[in-house]
Amino acid sequence: MLSEHLLIMSRKIAVFRKEHFNAAHRLFNPAWDMQKNDAVFGKCNNPNFHGHNYELIVKVVGEPDPETGYVIDMKVLSDIIKENVHSKFDHKNLNLDTEYFKGINPTAENICLVIYDILKEKIDPKFELSVRLYETERNFVQYPPNA
Amino acid sequence: MVYLTRVEHFNAAHKLFNPAWSKDENDSVFGLCANENWHGHNYELYVTVKGHPNPDTGFLYDVKKLSKIINQHVVDKLDHRNLNIDVEFMAGKMCSTENLAIAIWQQLMPHIPAEIQLHCIKLYETPRIFVEYFGE
Repeated sequence: MLSEHLLIMSRKIAVFRKEHFNAAHRLFNPAWDMQKNDAVFGKCNNPNFHGHNYELIVKVVGEPDPETGYVIDMKVLSDIIKENVHSKFDHKNLNLDTEYFKGINPTAENICLVIYDILKEKIDPKFELSVRLYETERNFVQYPPNA
Repeated sequence: MVYLTRVEHFNAAHKLFNPAWSKDENDSVFGLCANENWHGHNYELYVTVKGHPNPDTGFLYDVKKLSKIINQHVVDKLDHRNLNIDVEFMAGKMCSTENLAIAIWQQLMPHIPAEIQLHCIKLYETPRIFVEYFGE
């Protein structure tokens, strides 16, 4: 019995929580003129913004707690994401309404890194954290890359 | 009668805001969607046409040509745009998914070839919210 218990409890497992938000953004580099911005960012440089439905998948790796069987309570994880990410990004303009993209282009890459940094501070450091962000069904990014 | 559907997508910014109302009224009716700095969506557009297959080709209509019509008259005008500001055929209208579906129908109608009929515009604003318009 004891050996079975150890076998279950000492293995790491990944748990995932999916959330979504929608937002407007614009990709441009203020150091460049309009022509260069258009050449590099194309339609994404529209000065009137465009937008996406973003899908966020947060992965937490750890050992199940011997008392609860949970790696992390999914409700707790969901509340952390809602409070610290969703409430700040949902139905917002990422360039204008958030504090995170002053001087940083809100590309999927940068949004993903920002979300990782926000969550890393709120989630127990004993867990391995990774974040995958879908900008469209076919464009998505992940940090850390090999997690 | 056979029904043929072509799926296209575009993404855009918009806001739901009635300029005749105060900010408080707009906030209470439209909530987060009234954000003055816009928000945005990935829209999925399903255009369904109906008719009888052509006996020579077996096609209702060449779906590549249908896609071209949809892109030229709808998607190119909406993709990566601000629906409230950049889109002529939404000027003066509330940019709800309902109104956008009706406007897409009206945009396409004059360009649908005589051998087929436009049957339905189905427009997804998010994977869980969509509207259908049958021209009624």
